[in-house]
Amino acid sequence: MATRSRDGRGLLTTWRVLGTLTGLAIALAMLFPLVWMVTTSFKPEQEIVSFPPALWPEHFTLENYTGVWERLPFTRLFLNTLLFAGTVTVFSLLLDSMTAYALARLNFRGRGVVFAVVLVVLMVPWQVTLIPLYDMLAGLGWINTYQGLIVPRLTNAFGIFFLRQFLLAIPRDLEDAARVDGASEFRIYWNIIMPLAVPALLTLGLFHFMYNWNDLLWPLIISQDESRQTLPAGLALFMGQHVVEYGPLMAASVLTLLPVVVFFVIIQRRFVAGVATTGIR
Amino acid sequence: MATARTASRAPSRPAPGPRARSGSARGRQTRAAWLFMLPTLVVLAVFVLWPMAQALYLSFTEYEVFTPATWVGLDNYTRLLSDPAFGNALANTLYYAAVTTPLSVVLALALALLLNQRLPLRGFVRTAVFVPVVISLAVVAIAWTFLLDPNIGLLSYWLSKVGVVTEQGWLRDPSLAMPAVMMVGVWKNVGFYMVMYLAGLQSIPTMLYEAARVDGAGAWARFRNITWPLLANQTMLIVILAAIATLQAFDQIFVMTRGGPFFRTETLVAMTYRIGFKEFQFGYGAAISFALVVLIALLSIGQLLYFRKRTVTY
Repeated sequence: MATRSRDGRGLLTTWRVLGTLTGLAIALAMLFPLVWMVTTSFKPEQEIVSFPPALWPEHFTLENYTGVWERLPFTRLFLNTLLFAGTVTVFSLLLDSMTAYALARLNFRGRGVVFAVVLVVLMVPWQVTLIPLYDMLAGLGWINTYQGLIVPRLTNAFGIFFLRQFLLAIPRDLEDAARVDGASEFRIYWNIIMPLAVPALLTLGLFHFMYNWNDLLWPLIISQDESRQTLPAGLALFMGQHVVEYGPLMAASVLTLLPVVVFFVIIQRRFVAGVATTGIR
Repeated sequence: MATARTASRAPSRPAPGPRARSGSARGRQTRAAWLFMLPTLVVLAVFVLWPMAQALYLSFTEYEVFTPATWVGLDNYTRLLSDPAFGNALANTLYYAAVTTPLSVVLALALALLLNQRLPLRGFVRTAVFVPVVISLAVVAIAWTFLLDPNIGLLSYWLSKVGVVTEQGWLRDPSLAMPAVMMVGVWKNVGFYMVMYLAGLQSIPTMLYEAARVDGAGAWARFRNITWPLLANQTMLIVILAAIATLQAFDQIFVMTRGGPFFRTETLVAMTYRIGFKEFQFGYGAAISFALVVLIALLSIGQLLYFRKRTVTY
């Protein structure tokens, strides 16, 4: 008995060491492109184009970072992206939650129809609307404008669905008491339900922000002009136009990704919990 | 609290409307509900539903920006059937989905099984696997392009050391460009599905494993008879979500290959972009995008049917 358990422990230790090493190798492989991006952004141009390529710079330089602003309206692109993703996030949370409140907490004729519409919108790939939307926004003179980028995204079917599922699980006692006391529906929504929904709203807000901050196709089509362009579209197009200027391009990429990565590492618990719940119905 | 503040408003509340009618509470809720939904319904109607209907209409027209749309019936769809470029984009899309979906799901499950163990550095490894999920695919694709460059790319150089050599470079080689963008797609998304699997794993009662251990079941037997069957719902959901996402592949393809070389990586979304926004054939572009609608609708219907029929209970 004693020997068996010692063998078992030996096996367990071997497994733990193997498992840890495997995990570490996976982590390094996953992070490799990002690490390389950062180290490259500190390399002088002649090192970047030299053969054989190396991971670590021989001489550190900041010239790529100063070079970003000479080649790209980086501040402008950054602010555009922030304005686009930020405004969409705030308004979408408001509109999504109001609709989710109606669908989850109010009893009215037509609820099934509205919910079915939300599901249809959720299931039809949004790319199908690209051409007619472009056509419509062009007619309104909204191409290369903030409203053109933002307004079509003010509400989101996934957000409505996600919040509805969350709100369905909240017990009804509180709001029934408030309703008996004559509280208006808006007051119940704003003062009772929304505070209870804060965890779901934060998670959804992160999804909205990340999705729009990172999005390529929509800004690529709606704002081709640099004055209204976002970072992913701006960098992707910059790469198409300029052939070998990888140093500044890597520096700009690092500056684009860094805020998101730092932000994510800080709030990752909530974020990961949010992803986990997307699977729960 | 809320009740105290609202109590003073109570007397003025029931005044409008016939309060004696039995349906009045529901009537008030109905009115409130439509007011709550009004902004959303306006945005959805104008910027989503109307464009969807418009896309359907445009797909039956010939419309090239400066000329008004003219009704051509099924011409765009018959053109699709005989257009080798469309056949190519459809085949590429299905090829991309058929490889990256199972690959992502299997890797995600393997990672979740590994990282569900109590191992040192587990948190760090989980974070590392998940980081690509949160960052912009378009932006990291720039780094991947550079890494795979035949002359100065580090990854390309390392691969050549172990015997994987390409003359033109990964992204210019017609047979390697697609595997390259697939690899980036898997790298980007595997962490998302891993987290979904981890949630599934954590919902399995440990009691079951303890009982199996008492009965002498080995690791494989426990996986085969407990983990895998109890993750069936999670697996189905992940496969469908992953398949829907991979059918819409665009970002890294746009950055890394622009659909090339020789259209070898042009997916349906990339072709819609090219036809719609490079060649400005709005009618034909709309018809192409409906191929995507059909593919995704089939998956969504499959998902609905599956989850209506069965739920695995513990």
